[in-house]
Amino acid sequence: MITNLLSAGDLDRTDAIRILDTAEELLGVASRPIKKLPTLRGRTVVNLFFEDSTRTRISFEAAAKRLSADVINFSAKGSSVSKGESLKDTALTLQAMGADAVIIRHHSSGAPHRLAQAKWTKGAVINAGDGTHEHPTQALLDAFTMRRHLTGSLGGDLAGKNITIVGDVLHSRVARSNALLLHTLGANVTLVAPPTLLPVGVDHWPVETSYDLDASLEKADAVMMLRVQAERMNASYFPSAREYSRRYGLDTARLGRLPGHAIVMHPGPMNRGMEITADVADHVRSVIVEQVTNGVAVRMAVLYLLLGGAAGEPAAEEATTSKERP
Amino acid sequence: MSSYVIRGARLLGADPTDIAFADGVITAIGEGATGDTEIDGSGLVALPGLVDLHTHVREPGREDAETVLTGSRAAARGGFTCVHAMANTEPVADTAGVVEQVWRLGREGGYCDVQPVGAVTVGLQGTQLAELGAMADSAAGVRVFSDDGRCVSDAVLMRRALEYVKAFDGVIAQHAQEPRLTEGAQMNEGPLSGELGLVGWPAVAEEAIIARDVLLAEHVGSRLHVCHVSTRGSVEIVRWAKSRGIDVTAEVTPHHLLLTDDLVRSYDPIYKVNPPLRSDDDVQAVRDGLADGTIDVVATDHAPHPMEDKECEWSAAAFGMLGLETALSVVQQTMVDTGRMTWAQVAAAMSTKPAAIGRVAGQGRPLAVGEPANLVLVDPAATRTIDPRDTASLSRNNPYAGLTLPGEVVATFLRGRPTVRDRVLVEGATA
Amino acid sequence: MVAPTDASRAGSAHDSGGDARTVLDEQDISRALTRITHEILERNRDSAGLVLLGIPTRGVHLARRIAQRMSEVEDRAITAGALDVTMYRDDLRLKPARALEHTEIPDDIDGKVVVLIDDVLFSGRTIRAALDALNELGRPKAVQLAVLIDRGHRELPIRADFVGKNLPTSLAEKVKVRLSESDDADSVSITTATSTGGAA
Repeated sequence: MITNLLSAGDLDRTDAIRILDTAEELLGVASRPIKKLPTLRGRTVVNLFFEDSTRTRISFEAAAKRLSADVINFSAKGSSVSKGESLKDTALTLQAMGADAVIIRHHSSGAPHRLAQAKWTKGAVINAGDGTHEHPTQALLDAFTMRRHLTGSLGGDLAGKNITIVGDVLHSRVARSNALLLHTLGANVTLVAPPTLLPVGVDHWPVETSYDLDASLEKADAVMMLRVQAERMNASYFPSAREYSRRYGLDTARLGRLPGHAIVMHPGPMNRGMEITADVADHVRSVIVEQVTNGVAVRMAVLYLLLGGAAGEPAAEEATTSKERP
Repeated sequence: MSSYVIRGARLLGADPTDIAFADGVITAIGEGATGDTEIDGSGLVALPGLVDLHTHVREPGREDAETVLTGSRAAARGGFTCVHAMANTEPVADTAGVVEQVWRLGREGGYCDVQPVGAVTVGLQGTQLAELGAMADSAAGVRVFSDDGRCVSDAVLMRRALEYVKAFDGVIAQHAQEPRLTEGAQMNEGPLSGELGLVGWPAVAEEAIIARDVLLAEHVGSRLHVCHVSTRGSVEIVRWAKSRGIDVTAEVTPHHLLLTDDLVRSYDPIYKVNPPLRSDDDVQAVRDGLADGTIDVVATDHAPHPMEDKECEWSAAAFGMLGLETALSVVQQTMVDTGRMTWAQVAAAMSTKPAAIGRVAGQGRPLAVGEPANLVLVDPAATRTIDPRDTASLSRNNPYAGLTLPGEVVATFLRGRPTVRDRVLVEGATA
Repeated sequence: MVAPTDASRAGSAHDSGGDARTVLDEQDISRALTRITHEILERNRDSAGLVLLGIPTRGVHLARRIAQRMSEVEDRAITAGALDVTMYRDDLRLKPARALEHTEIPDDIDGKVVVLIDDVLFSGRTIRAALDALNELGRPKAVQLAVLIDRGHRELPIRADFVGKNLPTSLAEKVKVRLSESDDADSVSITTATSTGGAA
């Protein structure tokens, strides 16, 4: 198992499945009267959020607390004025306080990598979203949700499933992490967006791309709608919100064209009227609620696997023989 | 002043011979070369003192990063006897007053001639011509004008500037970067920028400006200099322009000869620079361009920054790398040791031609009797593992940290007076 | 770190390191499980108030076999569950994070008699962890312990209520339980370990 979770690309198939399987077991904790496990008792987990995100922060906080870890929340609005001292000095302060793990969300791509590589913290670094680069735990909870609905198999992957991701791929860290992780899990990923919202070099990614949303709906096992900001039209990524939603928005008609078993997902928060109509948003609501529950379990799994044991390669599967167990 | 003789050095890489100088002037080469102080030049190459067309000393304004003194000390260590100090200081060097201040600080320092570059536009704002004539007529004798750091993107303004400097044999040195295509840009635009989630700086933003500028220069009959060429397309446009007889010269930085954008994967801002590190194909193209003369000179674009501007997340970091103390070694590794250039060609690219473009009298002169004794002795067989703390600069943003590079400057002479001796800076060297 | 012990265990799993001697064969195991089943029923008159929980991996197989036998005797369907104790272990930090096993509690345990079932009882730490896990799932009326093998060397004050076989061993020896659900066949064997270090 890796020691930091900076990118979804850091996880190989074994690691990814292990996280999903562990999350599956931990899902049950949420329905117990005592929603706690003693595993990370005495460990300190810091939420270092330079970008506002109540939902993700609360999700990580719940995950850490359910494992009995102590949680310190640090919210810093990183502005360009306070650049240098924000990241490095904050990290050194947290290190002095004995953080075992730092969960960092930052508006600048690569900030978690700097934190990990410059060794400003000795604890494990978990990327909770860096700029437009990655959001690995989001991809994990998305894959977890998909697996539950599409295959339901413990120990399995998403081989052969067709996943369509629609929206502002250029600016989306969720898209990047999902493209990497879903590929690792054997899924066929199609990215749908207008040409202006697909990054240069996307043809090097392990994905198909398409400018035509309708064409990619018929075979999709899951459709993930990304949030698209209307303000992007001011930088000429598309002419108007109306044209965008007409060509790339998920409305009831398009919903009807999906296969019956297909699920519709959204990382949230939704921009009603842009990538998704109000009707479909309410329809999709139930999956979003499920994604939130799954998010806590997945983040518990990540925290457990990164912090719960000694650092290093995981013990071989057969190690839990009767002889070995005391 | 004392007299020196260097025994058995290879002048511009030719067969070993002796060279003597006294009172700031070369007195003898070969037979009859004598001097009070003898220097053993066996195994060493002697070049004319290097001339940098593109350096950033941060004085006035950011003396925490570099001063004229520390910058010229770093230059001497790198074998330079003259550097052109770019105008993006605080205040901007857009008046006779500021350029004269910089020029005087250089003379007082005594390690290197500091030739100020004047801004093209007031405050580098790109809207109004600066007093180019006044700067030319000042004691600093400015001939090179540049808004480097920013592009003179307004086509009409660029045309006027090109025309105006003809009156005093000036040259506009363009930092080619179309601003609208590079808003918020962080690294070379390519598959890697998409992968890393960093806003891309596309090659076309450099090439489109160069294409426009060479055509403007042709139209108004001016000479043009292009700063830090970094892409294959840029080299091809310059080559085409020269084939048409357009009076354009171009420079390349040492880091663009060696480093590629792959280094950005680490998100370490030590690799953040403008123009950005490019692809391997671009590196090959600029090497080809330097070897065949399309690119005339190597210029360092030495850009010191304090550590807090580099020890942070990528998007908050400043653009720029140090370069004075490693330039010759990087050129040796990429061009001489690979057989693409001779030492004579290096002398042309790093001394003769830069001095010619800058119209700097007394620099970039041949190593011949009667010429000023500006020269550098290099040990090409030495190797150095680069340690960022081993520097005369006030800054540490050295992208070659940990690399082993060939060549070491043994001695640098500024008009016959040593600024570096026995591989070490001479302290207390004043004019 | 823990590698040498792992290697020696791997060796004994293939019966290639040290001498292995079979102490229970398939029939012995079957008889022991039948006896344990009857003993559990005898001690706890009301089988409806029982919850059988096996400790993964092999404890679960044994629990299911016992549940099967109990169903036949009581003429009612009785199912066994599983209780993974990984998160409650006291030696978590000594090794990289272990994969979790499956936990499935078939019934509410409040007020019930929980019978924990495992293959080997050794230091007692696994059972201590199981008790902690149970504590957070509810409040059983009582907790009893059934094991196939008790090999001694307790490090905590824990004892089994139902034992298949008492097997005095030295710390240098390793006890290997094989069950057809996860191995080739049923057997219990003792191997003299080729390297030092018993279980923690």
